[in-house]
Amino acid sequence: MSKQYDAIIIGAGHNGLACAGYLARDNKKVLVLEANNFIGGMAATREFAPGFHASVAHTLPQGQSALISDLSLKKHGFELAAKNLDTTALDGEGNAITFNGKSVKGVDANDQKSYGEYQSLLKKFAKVLKPTWNKRAPRIGGGEIKDMITFAKFGWDVRTLGRDTMREFTRMIFLPAQDMMDEHFDNPLLKAGLSWDYNVGNILAPRSPNNAVLNQLLKLSGDVSGHGGLPLPKGGMGSFVNALANSAKTSGTEIRLNTRVKRVVIENHVAVGVELEDGEIIHAKRIISNADPKTSFLKLLGAANLEIQFTNRINRLRTEGLVAKVHLALNALPNFKGMTKPEGRMILAPSMQYIENAYDQSKYRSYAEDLPMEVVIPTLHDKTLAAEGKHVLSATIQYAPRDVEGGWDKHRDSFMKNVIATLEKFAPGIGDCIEASELLTPADLEQQFNVEGGHWHHGEFAIDSWWMNRPTYGASQSKTPVSGFYLCGAGSHPGGGIMGAAGANAARAIIAEDK
Amino acid sequence: MVHQAKLQSSENINHIELKLLKSPFHERTEALNLNRAWEDWSGYASALHYKCSNLEYFATRNTCAVFDVSPMCKYRFRGKDAEAMLNRMVTRDVAKQGLNRVCYNVWCTDRGRVIDDGTLFRFAEDDFMLCCAEPGLDWFLLSAVGFDVTIEDQSDSLASLALQGPTSCALLKAMGISGVENLKPFDIGRYPYAGGELMVSRTGFTGDLGYELWVEPDLALPLWDDLFSTGANYGIQPMGTESLDLARLEAGFISPMVEFHGALHTVDLGHDHSPFELGLGWLVNFKKAHFNGREALLLEKEKGSKYRLLKLDIEGNKPAENSILYSNKKCTKEIGYVTSAMWSPVVKANIALALVESRYADGDIYAEVYHQKELRWQRKVSQCTIKTKPFWAPERAKLTPPNDV
Repeated sequence: MSKQYDAIIIGAGHNGLACAGYLARDNKKVLVLEANNFIGGMAATREFAPGFHASVAHTLPQGQSALISDLSLKKHGFELAAKNLDTTALDGEGNAITFNGKSVKGVDANDQKSYGEYQSLLKKFAKVLKPTWNKRAPRIGGGEIKDMITFAKFGWDVRTLGRDTMREFTRMIFLPAQDMMDEHFDNPLLKAGLSWDYNVGNILAPRSPNNAVLNQLLKLSGDVSGHGGLPLPKGGMGSFVNALANSAKTSGTEIRLNTRVKRVVIENHVAVGVELEDGEIIHAKRIISNADPKTSFLKLLGAANLEIQFTNRINRLRTEGLVAKVHLALNALPNFKGMTKPEGRMILAPSMQYIENAYDQSKYRSYAEDLPMEVVIPTLHDKTLAAEGKHVLSATIQYAPRDVEGGWDKHRDSFMKNVIATLEKFAPGIGDCIEASELLTPADLEQQFNVEGGHWHHGEFAIDSWWMNRPTYGASQSKTPVSGFYLCGAGSHPGGGIMGAAGANAARAIIAEDK
Repeated sequence: MVHQAKLQSSENINHIELKLLKSPFHERTEALNLNRAWEDWSGYASALHYKCSNLEYFATRNTCAVFDVSPMCKYRFRGKDAEAMLNRMVTRDVAKQGLNRVCYNVWCTDRGRVIDDGTLFRFAEDDFMLCCAEPGLDWFLLSAVGFDVTIEDQSDSLASLALQGPTSCALLKAMGISGVENLKPFDIGRYPYAGGELMVSRTGFTGDLGYELWVEPDLALPLWDDLFSTGANYGIQPMGTESLDLARLEAGFISPMVEFHGALHTVDLGHDHSPFELGLGWLVNFKKAHFNGREALLLEKEKGSKYRLLKLDIEGNKPAENSILYSNKKCTKEIGYVTSAMWSPVVKANIALALVESRYADGDIYAEVYHQKELRWQRKVSQCTIKTKPFWAPERAKLTPPNDV
């Protein structure tokens, strides 16, 4: 006879834990089930080589201060190693442009001036979307007054941008990153560095239309370090998820590791529990999936319990991951051309064309020799990740298609060779400092972290899968077509990135139901 | 002196080539289709009538008639999840469908609107065939996402005839198909035939005693010849769609593209229909496992449907074809329209199927009937009476074994 829980959360990723924290705070009895032997998923800090630690997600631009204070995360051990990292765009020739949410260094006066205008415009746009992230998405056609108010409020916020800014918003929201850059700046290196956040983590490159600006605005949703801030958590992102877990546990949440859910148990068309791989069945009033939508609906629930057109919308979600992660264990600090000390975040890409070229390869299930990447050496700010004098290099690399021709087993070595060769161009001699390395292709992310396609956002973050359509209509507002079954992961509103808002929104939806 | 006209036989005439596919029976049906009255059915030439639709109609009610159903769309579903996949797609409980049984079924969109209807044949635990009038592969493939099932379009690889009428069983027995009399309605039987196999299902679209015969295309002509040589003593006639349409209306069966437009084809909002609206509520099983459209249909059942398909007995003898229906004799309040109408010789009544707004369906219904009298159009308003049972449902249609004739 198993205990009766108010909610079972499938997956102890950061959104699952945030959802648990909010529910537990509302006196709900929550059980979190995690297939892996660690919590946090892609946000976990893992020892990738003896004495060296890193997390797949390394910075926290989307951090929500409301969540941090609601769940008392600081009390539970969350702290920052660096409040706000600068970003430096490098071209490998010794040129460097450093920028943050406020200012830019290393460009001419024209670009300096444009940068201020550009950031102030983005700030206005981000402000319009800000109220949407941490609130339930409206539902189209539901006829609920609450939803109509949400739409009206959004319309009002767009309108009160002022006539000119509103027009620019409606024009720019669908622009490719390249157009945004070309409209504002001349310097190709600045354009490459700034365009990075428009596309990374999605099936996008500088010239891809429609979804890039929206992605950039999602990345600007955080408020831990102000507009455009880039906080670096101490102890890797793992400290953030550990604090979430401790917060939830303090409020009575149970977390079971090494517990893989085989399926959601449906009785009389209602989700009533989960069946584990070993056959154990655990019942709960609500089943909340932090897994990606494809896994949640097609594997855990099963198409047999869903509508046909809905199933196809889920099946059509774009989930192919294009980002690889490399962790290097270094016995010395490498020298990056153009930098005195490789602090902050570095974007290795001389031009948008360089990024576009790499993307083109991925379309044909291959990868480029020159790989654009984002590099952070967190050990410069955080001594907990490696021994004194040793360093960790954490690199986010585009583009590595999940379905590379012939499979990743065949390509691991050659891809890694390209990564090191690219790094050598930007930081000559880095190869000699490498003690150990870890490559996580999208296929590895899929397999090790149970994320369909190894996609950062559990499914492309795009206009067609945003807000009331995230992951798709019929499954918005954290609710699903199956009564008792909810979504709380990056595949639901507002989306991916280390944010916790999807988990918090699910908890809010559930708490509101009980009122 | 007797004058005899020299008539050329049809096959000696150099006809304009039919730009339509030919069914496996075409060599025979073409020779009999004296008026070259063909229509396009799924790309195949399908006879509207052969000699005369009245003759064909009376044959199917009094002796037997043969309709070439080969153009019918036929899909085979095989695999571990075939039952689960179909059960989720259609509204009846496929899990409860026995082996070698046929079930009339309907399938709906997510919102519970009818896409099509058809007959589902179960050959084995993991082997089914679905027959429907309209191509449906696209929908079936969508419905198969997430299931281990293979779907094969067998429309072109199976020849089939509907043999319908009171002498049909006797004719099959006379052809040596022994045991066919033991088939209950909706049973499937297999019999050795001409070195191959003849599959017989006790199904049809006339509401009378009847069977559908299924063979590989190379046995099509021998089967046809056998039926017509042995059948001469059983009053056999070839039958086209015109007479079939009369027979199915008497049986109260709905026809796609006549009573309803499939939900995947309608353009205007609300021009599609739910099973409840089409009188197919009896097919919707809320006790079975989840099926597509369930939630929407449950809600509709609770709240009521917008339309109701009615069987009407209309006063007078002028078929109410294309009539608009009203709630008052003055014809000021429109409440619906007739979808199919005829004077039924066998029931001796002026019958029709009609779609009427539910909220008016229990009140008075009048049909505005137009008819010609020596070319002059006349208008009359006729009162309609609702019939709850099929207009024509003879006992012999259900009797097993059927009576000898």
